[in-house]
Amino acid sequence: MKKWIAFINILLKDIKTYYLKPPNISWGIIFPFSWTLMFFLRSGGSVDIPDFLPGLVSLSILFGTTSMLAVTITFEKKQASFDRLLLAPISLNTLMFAKTGGAVIFGIFNALFPLLIAVVFTDISGISWFPALPGIFFISVTSAFLGLFISVSAREVFEAQTFSNFFRFPMIFLCGLFIPLSEIPGFIRPLSYILPLTYGADILRYAIGGNNIFDVWFSFLVLLLYSGGLFMISIKNIRKKWIL
Amino acid sequence: MGTSQDNNIAIEVKKLTKRYGELTAVDEISFDVKRGEIFGFLGPNGAGKTSTINMLTGLCSISSGELKINGQSSVKKIQEMIGVVPSESNLYPELSGFENLCFCASLYGMRRREREREAGRLLEMFNLSEAADRPFRAYSKGMKRKLAIAAAIIHRPDILFLDEPTTGIDVASARQIRRLISEMNKAGTTIFLTTHYLEEAERLCERVAFIVRGKIKQLAETEQLLKGARKDNVLEFLLDRDITLEKGPLLEGLSDYRPVFDKDKVRIHTPCEMDIKYFVDIFDEWRYRVYEAKLIRPALEDVFVEITGIGPGEAEAGKNKGGREN
Ligand SMILES: Nc1ncnc2c1ncn2[C@@H]1O[C@H](COP(=O)(O)OP(=O)(O)OP(=O)(O)O)[C@@H](O)[C@H]1O
Ligand SMILES: [Mg+2]
Repeated sequence: MKKWIAFINILLKDIKTYYLKPPNISWGIIFPFSWTLMFFLRSGGSVDIPDFLPGLVSLSILFGTTSMLAVTITFEKKQASFDRLLLAPISLNTLMFAKTGGAVIFGIFNALFPLLIAVVFTDISGISWFPALPGIFFISVTSAFLGLFISVSAREVFEAQTFSNFFRFPMIFLCGLFIPLSEIPGFIRPLSYILPLTYGADILRYAIGGNNIFDVWFSFLVLLLYSGGLFMISIKNIRKKWIL
Repeated sequence: MGTSQDNNIAIEVKKLTKRYGELTAVDEISFDVKRGEIFGFLGPNGAGKTSTINMLTGLCSISSGELKINGQSSVKKIQEMIGVVPSESNLYPELSGFENLCFCASLYGMRRREREREAGRLLEMFNLSEAADRPFRAYSKGMKRKLAIAAAIIHRPDILFLDEPTTGIDVASARQIRRLISEMNKAGTTIFLTTHYLEEAERLCERVAFIVRGKIKQLAETEQLLKGARKDNVLEFLLDRDITLEKGPLLEGLSDYRPVFDKDKVRIHTPCEMDIKYFVDIFDEWRYRVYEAKLIRPALEDVFVEITGIGPGEAEAGKNKGGREN
């Protein structure tokens, strides 16, 4: 119970002090909005939803969550308030779940935005929500832990941002978000198979149009393994680098 | 060193060592802190005070050695029983004083109503009620330090660690903080205090340990140390010009007297009774005007200089006088 109170309050504090601040909300809104608009404009308003919605949702989640963790972790570490959290009698796992929990929720909200835009412009009754919603959740978790991994490795906020872009921008092109995997040159395709977002987007593709490549359960498994792995490495890094 | 069953021991440290790569910041120190005492941990900059606190509070790992707090050695169990005031504030600049306190309380699993009640009580106790809703970043240094102390005791810890609680704040705030420390101690809190203000240690601490370059050079009751130092009386004379007088003529026939010349200042150390007039007359004879003559009360500072071999000016410890109050 005590742990639960601490967990909830860390989460609420982050939501209140970071996630609900105008610049961050706009980061979550403007970004998906402009991408969506770009696609609609380019295609003259008659795009095939299944073609780009999965990529757009994945991308919004990825950018939203990873940029938030650079703030909630790297920034707090820099200004020493993270030490206050390390002094609390809660386990490091509980603490880090609380710190990433906000980003996961933020990611899910970011996913809603392109979906809402799609609702306005087209008919989305074809989406099957069972794989879509857990898919969105799992993409958020994986991206949040990727963000955690990055922010633990960085010393400065700008370093964390730069480091995230190092992962994020290649993902735009390599994860089959907008360019089908089959059109990616064979010699860099192994990279696509390594990146977790490939599988996340594929789950959404299954849910939104049925154009998936991998078995949907396999994709869930990959995301799960990725999340677990990234979380464990991050915890290890925190112990090694911050609790010197 | 007592066993962990010993109920009178709050902190028990054996051969505690902290290494950062090549550097050994804390070198096999051992000491006990008794329940209910104020224990002073003194040393110049870089001596290893903060590293020791960080090991005791779970903020950094232990390179080797053992520590127990109230008989516990698991970090998370220890953290439930302690409060920590770091030398640099670790509160949230964007939250208000009240929110900061409530947040810290929540980390210990306190419920909302209890959190808010305690936060209000502490803000009042620390004269911060008026600033309760102001963001922490807008607090002055002294207010920040007071809020940091309030945040560290909101869960009513048994043991409070204070890392240089009065460094960098004005005399009035420092005095207020010392009074609060003293009050908390009277209410039963064991206090581990680091400082390089010897005055402060002298005023507050029952026992002090001197740490220099990672090693404890001396650990004793403050009273004992001062008594030891009091063997010598010191007379200080301030003259109208730099002194060129030889030791000989000044102390002719006085074997137990030891003079120390420093430009226009002369200090005479002696275990005997001092006769100020005698020396004033001698200076007069040699045509020096005596501007000031005073008997100097030996302070922990002298003990420190003696123990550490670090003279005033060589280390911060010798320079700062910690806002002498009276
Ligand atoms: N994270 C760190 N990495 C490497 N060296 C460190 C680290 N923290 C402290 N040190 C070194 O360890 C030694 C002891 O530092 P520490 O901060 O414990 O001293 P201190 O007694 O608290 O000094 P001060 O009075 O200046 O606060 C110093 O030489 C310092 O440079
Ligand atoms: Mg220090």
